[in-house]
Amino acid sequence: MSSLFSQEVPISWYLLLSAVLFSLGVIGFLIKRNLITVFMSIELMLNAVNLSFVTFAHEWHAVKGQIFVFFVMMVAAAEAAVGLAIIIAVFRARATLAVDRIDLMKL
Amino acid sequence: MNGYLYLWLIPLLPFAGFLINGILGRSLPRALVTTVAILAPLAAFGVVLNAAWALWSAHLPLPYVETCPVGWINAGTLHIGFSFVLDQLSLVMLLVVTGVGFLIHVYSIGYMGDEEGYSRYFSYLNLFLFFMTVLVLAGNALLMFVGWEGVGLASYLLIGFYFHKNSAADAGKKAFIVNRIGDVGFLIGMFLLLANFGTLTFSEIAAKLAYPGWQGGVVTVIALCLLLGATGKSAQLPLYIWLPDAMEGPTPVSALIHAATMVTAGVYMIARTHVLFDHSPFALGVVAIVGTATALFAAVIALVQNDIKRVLAYSTISQLGYMFLGCGVAAYSAAIFHLVTHAFFKALLFLAAGAVIHAIGGEQDLRKMGGLWKKLPVTFWTMTAAVFAIAGFFPFAGFFSKDAILYAAFAQGGSGRILWFVGLVTALLTSFYMFRLWYMAFLSKPSGKAAHPHATPLTMAVPLLILALLSLCGGWIGIERFSAFLAPATGARAVEAGNAHLELILSMAAVAVALLGWLLADLIYRQQPARAERMAAALPGCYKLLSNKFYVDEIYGATVVKPLLGVSKYLLGWVVDTGLLGGTAWLLAGIATFAGAILQRWQSGNLRSYAAWLAAGAAAVLLFVLVPWSTVWPASLEFIWKVAGH
Repeated sequence: MSSLFSQEVPISWYLLLSAVLFSLGVIGFLIKRNLITVFMSIELMLNAVNLSFVTFAHEWHAVKGQIFVFFVMMVAAAEAAVGLAIIIAVFRARATLAVDRIDLMKL
Repeated sequence: MNGYLYLWLIPLLPFAGFLINGILGRSLPRALVTTVAILAPLAAFGVVLNAAWALWSAHLPLPYVETCPVGWINAGTLHIGFSFVLDQLSLVMLLVVTGVGFLIHVYSIGYMGDEEGYSRYFSYLNLFLFFMTVLVLAGNALLMFVGWEGVGLASYLLIGFYFHKNSAADAGKKAFIVNRIGDVGFLIGMFLLLANFGTLTFSEIAAKLAYPGWQGGVVTVIALCLLLGATGKSAQLPLYIWLPDAMEGPTPVSALIHAATMVTAGVYMIARTHVLFDHSPFALGVVAIVGTATALFAAVIALVQNDIKRVLAYSTISQLGYMFLGCGVAAYSAAIFHLVTHAFFKALLFLAAGAVIHAIGGEQDLRKMGGLWKKLPVTFWTMTAAVFAIAGFFPFAGFFSKDAILYAAFAQGGSGRILWFVGLVTALLTSFYMFRLWYMAFLSKPSGKAAHPHATPLTMAVPLLILALLSLCGGWIGIERFSAFLAPATGARAVEAGNAHLELILSMAAVAVALLGWLLADLIYRQQPARAERMAAALPGCYKLLSNKFYVDEIYGATVVKPLLGVSKYLLGWVVDTGLLGGTAWLLAGIATFAGAILQRWQSGNLRSYAAWLAAGAAAVLLFVLVPWSTVWPASLEFIWKVAGH
């Protein structure tokens, strides 16, 4: 299996996939109006980064990258819990999840 | 006799009185306020008397110096401490300041008895004594300057004592501001002293001046700067204008500050720094001319004034002119002698005038007085003594001191004769206007309120009597003994009693002139009171010029005050303050506001716009880091070059 990864699929493909996934996340974050979709876009960006971490870890035989991925996943889980709780609170208060309407921080 | 004189108590006792009455006075009973206020100068006078006794009985070596162990200013080579010096000069001055000061405090009990602000009045009066004694005792110019400014402050506070009256508040401000001009001179003089002698201690300056080579030049400049300070404090030309207005204060204040003590500080200062003046004949000449001109000028104005206190104010200016004349002919001891006798009779004149004003309910216009001699016998007789003293009749005090100054001027020869002659004319005018006052207030027909004066309280009568005695006997010590006593402090160039024959002739001339003045006043104001008005009507221009005091206030207003106000308002106020400073501030604020107005659009509150900026920022950083600009730039420029068709 390892030979399949390392020899037949070049590293640039993984990185390209990671970049595409990240860009999709950014675009989703920027154009989507629903708060939950925005939230999912963030998760997508995190996982795109995770993919590039794993790729480099495998490429350079450095286990640090793998460990970092676990950290990211853990933070992402915590963030998901807090974020979803905030979203519920916002929905209860405002009865909407449209990001453009949640602009109380405006000067 | 342990030889320690506790000189520091002399200023600190009145200062304690000032603190007690100033802080607690309002809540203390009046009797206690009075006790504190009277005890402070009395105790200070006691300390001074003790010092005098030590000198008399134990032959204390003078000058005697007391220095505070803690220094004041220690910076590099500059060391200035709190040192009090007692020598013959400061002893004489202290006796006058605390002695006459004490009498005037006593008098004030009666005069201010039913006034508002009783404790405030006495606390200011004690404050004045504190600063005045500091001025007199100071062993260096800077400490003297502290007292100098302090008496100015006390004077300001007391002139403006009736501060609810606009004229009083204005007079206080005027005195303060005009004195500032003189003080600038004093300050510059001190800076020059520091720069050239490296010290401000009088004795060290004198020691350094003893070396040969100090003549004219910088010494003249220093002396003239000090003279400017003296003309401010002692109300000489051209800075005399504040003194007549200072009469807005209570009358005992006029007596103490604006006649007997503070205004003589300029004379004292010149005597104290006489070594400087001795090394500059030019500066001495200026002192003499300023003094003589002031004496004549003020005496001429005093001829037609109708306010009793203003007559006395101009006469004070005139008498101070005599003292400056004395200093100017290097007869410092004669000037100090006149200072002392003047303190007696001028304080008496003011106090007697105050008693008159008090008795007839605040009226100060001479034309509304009259016939008071029967109703106010004590005031009348004491005032008579003072009038004879100031006019220079033998054997009153003024005769001896004025004569000494005139003799010193005459003995100088040359231009001194001119000064003597002007001084003699001034003596004639002095005699005339003082007897005019005497006749108008006491001997003419009673009118108005003057018909029913109320009695003079005892606290006012006793100081009057003591001062009358001093005005009579104060001069009997004689100038020879006085100047011999002062010689160690004011230099040996005292009035030499060389030519007794000449002195007798000059004395007789002075008395004759005084008699002539009396005769003229008698002719005009007693025998034919209407004659004065006819004379005024015959010379309307002249009379108007005099009664408006030569329009000096108006001239100063037009040439100094108005341009200054104009510059302050338009150039400094509008151009510099509003335009330059305000404009800069507004410009800076405007830039910030404008930038904020643009940048605040970033703070839209829109989550997605923040994210977009974040992404754009990250992209920009990436671009900056990843693109090898050093190769891309030349390449892209080359590309553009080619595309453009080369």
